[in-house]
Amino acid sequence: MEATASRSAARAFPAQTFPARTFPALLQEQCRIRGSRVAYREKEYGIWQSYTWEQVWTQVRELAEGFAALGFGRGDRICIVGDNRPHLYWGMLAAQCLGGVPVPLYQDSIEREMQFIVEHAEARFALVEDQEQADKFINIKAQCPKLEWVIYRDPRGMRNYRQPYLLGYEAVRERGRAFAGEHPQHLEREIAQCTEEDLAVICYTSGTTGRPKGVMLTHRNFAVASEDLIEYERMHDENLIAYLPMAWVGDFGLSFALALAGGYTVNCPENGATVMADLREVGPTVFIGPPRIWENLLTSVMIRMDDAAWIKRKLFHFFVGRAVALEKARERGRAPSWTGRILAALGGALVYGPLRDSLGLGRIRIAYTAGEAIGPELLCFFRAIGINLKQFYGQTEASVYVAIPRDGRVKSDTCGPPVPWTEVRVSESGEVEYRGPGVFKGYFKNPDATRAVFDGDWVKTGDAGFIDRDGHLKIVDRVKDVSRLTDGTLFAPKYIENQVKFSPFVKECVCVGQDRSYVAALVNIDPQAVGNWCERRNVTYTSYTDLAQKPEVYNLIAEEIAKANRTLAGDEQLRGAQIHRFLILHKELDADDEEITRTRKLRRGFISEKYKDLIDALYSGARHVTTQTKLTFEDGRTALVKADLGIRDVKCAA
Amino acid sequence: MNATPASSAAARPAPQAPEPLLQVRDVSLHFGGVQALSGVSFEVKQGAIVAIIGPNGAGKTSMLNVINGVYHPQRGSVTYKGVTRSQMQTHEAARQGIARTFQNIALFKGMTTLDNIMSGRNTRMGVNFLLQALYLGPARREEMEHRRKVEDVIDFLEIQAIRKVPVGRLPYGLQKRVELGRALAAEPDLLLLDEPMAGMNVEEKEDMCRFILDVNDEFGTTIVLIEHDMGVVMDLSSRVVVLDYGRKIADGAPDDVRANREVIDAYLGVSHGSAT
Repeated sequence: MEATASRSAARAFPAQTFPARTFPALLQEQCRIRGSRVAYREKEYGIWQSYTWEQVWTQVRELAEGFAALGFGRGDRICIVGDNRPHLYWGMLAAQCLGGVPVPLYQDSIEREMQFIVEHAEARFALVEDQEQADKFINIKAQCPKLEWVIYRDPRGMRNYRQPYLLGYEAVRERGRAFAGEHPQHLEREIAQCTEEDLAVICYTSGTTGRPKGVMLTHRNFAVASEDLIEYERMHDENLIAYLPMAWVGDFGLSFALALAGGYTVNCPENGATVMADLREVGPTVFIGPPRIWENLLTSVMIRMDDAAWIKRKLFHFFVGRAVALEKARERGRAPSWTGRILAALGGALVYGPLRDSLGLGRIRIAYTAGEAIGPELLCFFRAIGINLKQFYGQTEASVYVAIPRDGRVKSDTCGPPVPWTEVRVSESGEVEYRGPGVFKGYFKNPDATRAVFDGDWVKTGDAGFIDRDGHLKIVDRVKDVSRLTDGTLFAPKYIENQVKFSPFVKECVCVGQDRSYVAALVNIDPQAVGNWCERRNVTYTSYTDLAQKPEVYNLIAEEIAKANRTLAGDEQLRGAQIHRFLILHKELDADDEEITRTRKLRRGFISEKYKDLIDALYSGARHVTTQTKLTFEDGRTALVKADLGIRDVKCAA
Repeated sequence: MNATPASSAAARPAPQAPEPLLQVRDVSLHFGGVQALSGVSFEVKQGAIVAIIGPNGAGKTSMLNVINGVYHPQRGSVTYKGVTRSQMQTHEAARQGIARTFQNIALFKGMTTLDNIMSGRNTRMGVNFLLQALYLGPARREEMEHRRKVEDVIDFLEIQAIRKVPVGRLPYGLQKRVELGRALAAEPDLLLLDEPMAGMNVEEKEDMCRFILDVNDEFGTTIVLIEHDMGVVMDLSSRVVVLDYGRKIADGAPDDVRANREVIDAYLGVSHGSAT
């Protein structure tokens, strides 16, 4: 940490002294420094449309004046819903200019979930992307009496909507221009009134238990965190791609706060399905993806390599094998041999370079993973092919960052040291706690929850972990999930699941074992990877359910779990918690069915309730079990699915 | 893309009863001894969605083929935009603003989605072959203009992710959507859809329904479609024409047609005496 202070003097870009560290002020500042440079790009109609900082300022100003004309004032909340669109980010800025608070929502939330947040946040305004989202608001309007205006960005399909509270984005700007004519000083006055301590955003956490909680974060929280991150990572003129849900604090932290603090370019892909193609065109320098994105990338690489010509396949496996071995040696602090270096250079030209390029990660300087623990092997793979992938630990309540590994000192199973601006301690019960300038104001309208999470000025994370010899933070599991088997063996479900999930064939895994004599698992297969595997072996299947129940697939998964067991056996503490039995679920765990959160975190309580019959069967010695499950479609309708599931024993390692 | 929808009354303060865009009068068509259509008459109003239904072999596809000039009826006439033609050629029909999709997808399998949709602009390309081949000024400007239109269609149908994918590799439902895209690229006034939802699953059908309604709503395109899924027909169309053995047996609002005795019989194959 001492090293940081001395290094910070060598910042490459003009030292930024922030007059007032609010986002409207930062926007004006960036406008002054780099007005004609590109701030946002959005792919539309097959072409990247660029907006300079000056253009952004014009948009934000007119939009803010439009909001003001509609009666938006200080402290008002505005819900923001849609895919990552520049206009939605501008909507956030416009609201902040007026002292208002944006509340981003998950765009795939169903009406009932949206209604809860709109009501709870008492939002008077909503800015939505398109007809799909507008429809949801029209349907919940009656239950949300405080909601006054719904503003939509894309007019397509909205032609025949007659609801008086609907207004198009351009119409709002129109009103803004008229309003500015009558009240030329209004906006300036409002911006001048903004202070660092004003709320910049309320992020509703997806909540693995109970209702979502609104995390109140100030301008200062994010300004300090972003500024320090820039210094810590020595960022300079970065290129970002905004593709993760806007409601996720990670997206707010990078695509919004960091981009504004550093004056970086934010690229918005055409839509969710084109992200990977757009990634190649953008060539971002900083990239963040939760582990599942990295898993998907690895899976797609492996599938493509399996189908490639044998010479390519041989080259790939040879060089990647070398690179992974080298990376592991580096992690242990061993310098590579001369032959190792020569092979690495050759591999760079033949395999790693082209591979990085085809993934669209050719220009990456810093790649992050967060949100969930990443399998060490997965992290190692990407680092081995030359992508500076780092696992950081963060929380919504901390304005994202708590611990980030330093370049060149990354360990594959830790989250690196605590960031310089945040202090971390581990409580007696093994819970990780932190304090610092990024710490949030509290949960919105939920003083009980706020009281429960604070210990003085320390925030309890709910995560069990420890600081290792090198000062790196290692997270094991959620405190409340860590338990013991009947024989007293420590049982950390997430840790075990992550070992299993490193298999490209396993998409999700739920381990049970609390107060049981052994650990059992419910597995979700990855339909793409397993489907491809089956095709190459001439195993035919019809649906997901059918594929999941193929005996061949059971053999495959049993082998993968046995592999994970061998890893677990290597750990003194966890040796006893190997997986003894498993079954493959007939449906994918889905946020619409409330089995996982919108950020794909398991909701254990709900799952163990819902699949009680399956879990009981896992401990009954039965060879198969019949079950009936309710499915929820995206529009909220439900259907019943019946299936017969096999149960299999797995070999445990000694 | 900026056509005023004829259906939106708000756009025009004093709308007159919309002029029929298409009138089919007493059309008869036979192939040798097979009578495909006999004395069929109906009209399609500007901005309407009309469904043609009927059992297999009733002459539905033949009717579409008569409208866009693939077949020339032996008797009767087709009046389109106030002009009556006894013999319209297919390319004339296309130039007049009639576009269609086919029952069995007729796309260029080896070409990308983008190129396939671009081919729908064919009738609107004015620059001569030489200029196009050399990609000179006017050709380039024209190509850019066409590409813009095509991108509008791609955006409209939400198929950005498959822009550069050869259509042969796409699933069936998406191919159908691309085919609709190609028809839309021609900016038609009259869109003929031959079983746009055949072979689709429920979700794909719902998507397609939404696109058809959106096309009608956004661009004011008049649509004549053949469809077997009665639920879809009832939801989409403002008027239903029923054919059976080449004759028109009913013509009216969806609910009336559904209640029509003759239609029920034609579909269920029940003899008149025993039906209840």
